[in-house]
Amino acid sequence: MKKSIILGALTIAGLSAVAASAGTLDDVKARGKLNCGVTTGLVGFAAPNASGEWEGFDVAVCRAVAAAVLGDATAVEFVPTTGKTRFTALSSGEIDMLARNTTWTMSRDTDLKFDFVGVNYYDGQGFMVPKALGVTSVKDLDGATVCIQTGTTTELNLADYFRKNNISYEPVPIETNAEGTQQYLAGACDTYTTDASGLASTRATFEAPNDHMLLPEIISKEPLGPLVRHGDNEWGDIVMWTLNALIAAEELGVTSANVNEMAAATDKPEVARLLGTEGDLGAMMGLDAEWAKRAIETQGNYGEIFAKNLGEETPIGLARGLNAQWTDGGLLYTPPFR
Amino acid sequence: MSGTHEHSVAFVRTTEIPQQPAPSNAAGPIKWMRDNLFATWPNALLTVASIYVIFLVLSSTMPWILGGIWDAPSLTACREILQGESAACFAVLSDRWHQLLFGFKYPSEYYWRPTLALFLMFFALAPVLFFDLPRKLLIFTALFPFIAYWLIWGGTIWIPIFAMVGFIAGYFVYARFVAQNFALGFFGGVAGAAIVWYISSFVVAAIAPETPLLGAVPSRDLGGFMLNLMLGLTCVSLSIPLGIALALGRQSSMPLIKWICVIFIEFIRGVPLITLLFVASVMLAYFFPPDATVDLFLRVVIMITIFSAAYIAEVIRGGLAALPKGQYEAANSLGLDYAQAMRLIILPQALKISIPGIVNIAVGLFKDTTLVSVISMFDMVGMIRGPILASTDWNGVYWELFGFAALLFFVVCYGISQYSQWLERRLATDHR
Repeated sequence: MKKSIILGALTIAGLSAVAASAGTLDDVKARGKLNCGVTTGLVGFAAPNASGEWEGFDVAVCRAVAAAVLGDATAVEFVPTTGKTRFTALSSGEIDMLARNTTWTMSRDTDLKFDFVGVNYYDGQGFMVPKALGVTSVKDLDGATVCIQTGTTTELNLADYFRKNNISYEPVPIETNAEGTQQYLAGACDTYTTDASGLASTRATFEAPNDHMLLPEIISKEPLGPLVRHGDNEWGDIVMWTLNALIAAEELGVTSANVNEMAAATDKPEVARLLGTEGDLGAMMGLDAEWAKRAIETQGNYGEIFAKNLGEETPIGLARGLNAQWTDGGLLYTPPFR
Repeated sequence: MSGTHEHSVAFVRTTEIPQQPAPSNAAGPIKWMRDNLFATWPNALLTVASIYVIFLVLSSTMPWILGGIWDAPSLTACREILQGESAACFAVLSDRWHQLLFGFKYPSEYYWRPTLALFLMFFALAPVLFFDLPRKLLIFTALFPFIAYWLIWGGTIWIPIFAMVGFIAGYFVYARFVAQNFALGFFGGVAGAAIVWYISSFVVAAIAPETPLLGAVPSRDLGGFMLNLMLGLTCVSLSIPLGIALALGRQSSMPLIKWICVIFIEFIRGVPLITLLFVASVMLAYFFPPDATVDLFLRVVIMITIFSAAYIAEVIRGGLAALPKGQYEAANSLGLDYAQAMRLIILPQALKISIPGIVNIAVGLFKDTTLVSVISMFDMVGMIRGPILASTDWNGVYWELFGFAALLFFVVCYGISQYSQWLERRLATDHR
């Protein structure tokens, strides 16, 4: 009997805690700042530059949400998180959203009580080896030492894939990408495995990038996307549709350069609805009419963000691949703005 | 007797022979080398082998260091300048110099404030470290924590002022009651300070100006080597008094206090520091509502302080145990009460014995401050591992950055250990 009273008290305390944090949108507006969780540093995705401003692909998502909700793309408090602290930071309410190249998995979505609102980068786990090793396929890596980041899905994928193919390996656990690079270059492991985007950007920084190659196998699906706490669907909708607005803008040909022009005069009804000159899509989420226009104006559309941070013009030099629009043979497909 | 000499000795010198220089093989560098480097054949062989090893190390590292590039915007540019030659790319240090020292978010127009605090720190530490200096300088030492807080964090000046008022009030309560009972004075002092702080939190909120003289900087924006120094200095200076209190508490005749101290010390010593830091950064966030969290810097300071206080308590307990029982009895027979006996007789001797151990813990603690990088605070190592190595410009520079970090830490730690050796000689702990 006593136990049930205690449990009941705990439940009420838990419920009231949820109730207190239910209105993330109101909290953010009252605070005037968006608390956005990012990585402590990953080339192209999020890192502070020489003057201390955060830049990168994930950072652009945070800024777009801030621009849509608060009207100011700089009103973001970036909270750096590591692979181990990111989920507690989100569930404890320290951050409003997490945009930290986090893989969307079922257990994270359900068991950890988060909501992934979409995918901003389709990645997959690859392997990098020195060409001198003479390996052309992952299947040749029997008995190899593998550098792997702990606490990530890559660790589990690796175990699954090697067990399925009946190959043995010896893991060399590492904490950050920088450490992994160093261990790999020092020869502490035969191969380094992480997301293919990460491998490409790491390889680009080598003194002799051509001495290393990525193996053709991609052993996992790694849809990376922003996530929010479970249970606050209004807030989740805002983050989801801000991301969708960036993707739709590229599909509809809206760029940061022509967004004002398009808003003033367009003959495409979907563009007009997206930019708020027609209909009241913003009001349905508790935002004003120009929410998407501000996000696109400050950050550019998805294609611009990609080209600026990860694309072939940057040192990272990633091709669009799966991350092209569905009209170009990629996977980016946003529901209609209607 | 003098007569016999005149006949038996043909010549007696009456003046001194001018001093001759020693033969060249019995003095100077040659003698030193013969004695120390080439005394025996095995010694000579070892000397030659060591010189060869030193030559190998230097000949491979010196060109790398001396040929280093100091001015380049990125690693790629650095490598272009080097044209495939192997040399250091120190340009990352000059490019990210401020970030390494202050973190990447500390406003650059405020850099003079922590720098000034660092200079004042030397003045504040001087009378503590060198007790030949006039004792009046200690007044500045007592003021320094509040000045440094105001300089580094900025914001309204009333916070440090009221913090100081709290300490003064606590001291007066302590001084009033300590004559009756030491424990009453101690806890009364703590309670007095707490009451003043609680009341002043409302007063400060009421009288704080809209735009303070120095712009406020949140704790999250602190970083770089500054953060290591701040954590190291704060935690060492807080943990020594706490460690003394714990060591005395462990010897207390009151079972409740004794057991609280024993359990606290043994629990903290049985837990790794990194676990405590994770608790500070991750677990505590669950216990507080999102808006009312305790400042992360403060949480980390508390955790590191209680960690090192437990160790210092054990070192001091060793010092207390090393004192002969007669010292305690002598203090009692003089009619001194507990506080007087400790302050005048026991602690001065016990602390003197404990100096090497305390310094050892201080050095270890200072280096342990780099552990905060795992809870995503950007101290020196956190800056290197996170933002700098993750920027597209500098991804891939390791030796230069970590070498620089090692150099800074070495300078500080070597300084501390040299000071403690001087102090030991000065106090002559071996024959007390």
